Amino acid sequence: MARIIVVTSGKGGVGKTTTSAAISMGLALQGHRTAVIDFDVGLRNLDLIMGCERRVVYDFVNVINGEASLNQALIKDKRCENLFVLPASQTRDKDSLTVEGVGKVLETLSKDFDYVVCDSPAGIERGATLAMYYADDAIVVTNPEVSSVRDSDRMLGILASKSRRAEQGDEPIKEYLLLTRYSPQRVKLGEMLSVDDVQEILSLHLLGVIPESKAVLNASNSGAPVILDDKSDAGQAYSDVVRRYLGAEVPHRFLEEERKGLFGRLFK
Amino acid sequence: MGLLDYFRGSRQASASVAKERLQILIAHERARRTTPDYLPKLQQELLEVIRKYVVVDDDAISVTMEQDESREILGVNIVLPENTGSARAR
Repeated sequence: MARIIVVTSGKGGVGKTTTSAAISMGLALQGHRTAVIDFDVGLRNLDLIMGCERRVVYDFVNVINGEASLNQALIKDKRCENLFVLPASQTRDKDSLTVEGVGKVLETLSKDFDYVVCDSPAGIERGATLAMYYADDAIVVTNPEVSSVRDSDRMLGILASKSRRAEQGDEPIKEYLLLTRYSPQRVKLGEMLSVDDVQEILSLHLLGVIPESKAVLNASNSGAPVILDDKSDAGQAYSDVVRRYLGAEVPHRFLEEERKGLFGRLFK
Repeated sequence: MGLLDYFRGSRQASASVAKERLQILIAHERARRTTPDYLPKLQQELLEVIRKYVVVDDDAISVTMEQDESREILGVNIVLPENTGSARAR
């Protein structure tokens, strides 16, 4: 039985797809068979971030409608044999997804995979609610910024009331906070909410902090999940996140400003 | 921030403003989230019943639902106007 992870946030542009790509690659690199699904029907982008956009033949909606088998639609990653991508449809709309259809696909994937990562679209409409409906774990991606924190809290409410686990009275979805685009410098200047502030407001278990990093744009430019850039701060932070998710005790990094010399501090 | 800003003195840090605003907003939104849908209607009907006996303002009544580990508490708070006999409407 696979563990189903939803990467969600409510707000757009906070790093859900970057995170889905990085974490699914990280889990696969650790030897776990992993599938990552793009739930953003109509606006697919996970394929681009994963670098497999030219290999898309069939998509999630084709599988739900029985127009293609799951095996035909799954794209095997060229860098890691444990990783498969199920792209979203670019031409249909969100109503193509149904609770039953999604449930069937996830059930089939569960037999074959250790982890299924669901990349949620922004918003709280059908695609987003279906992405989280069957989840066991939720990674709530949040920027240290007021609208993102508020939307994350709204998502927490939905996770707690509208998921299958909630409806069936099972153990609730495990929720984790992933703080992205974090700038220790700005936190130090009092210009940005700190990780402690956000944690205090949302009262969530902190899975990790990803620093604001040039590596993220470089990664998406080239279609390689940022976790593969193991020299970069963001890549290393995502590796920590994956190990932490898998149960290892890994201290948090990149929470403090890099030390600069006196000269650098005076004339920044 | 360079040397100049340092001597200019600092304004109130915007992050602490953000935190305070969020704490208030989210407490409010969470409270609303946990209240059942029927609460506003219940409040309206209670008000109508009370008005059969006492003249009260629209905002004189508040109905709240609180939850702790083991139970839910429905609280109804009605502020009666001063110097009314109990039988004004009779």
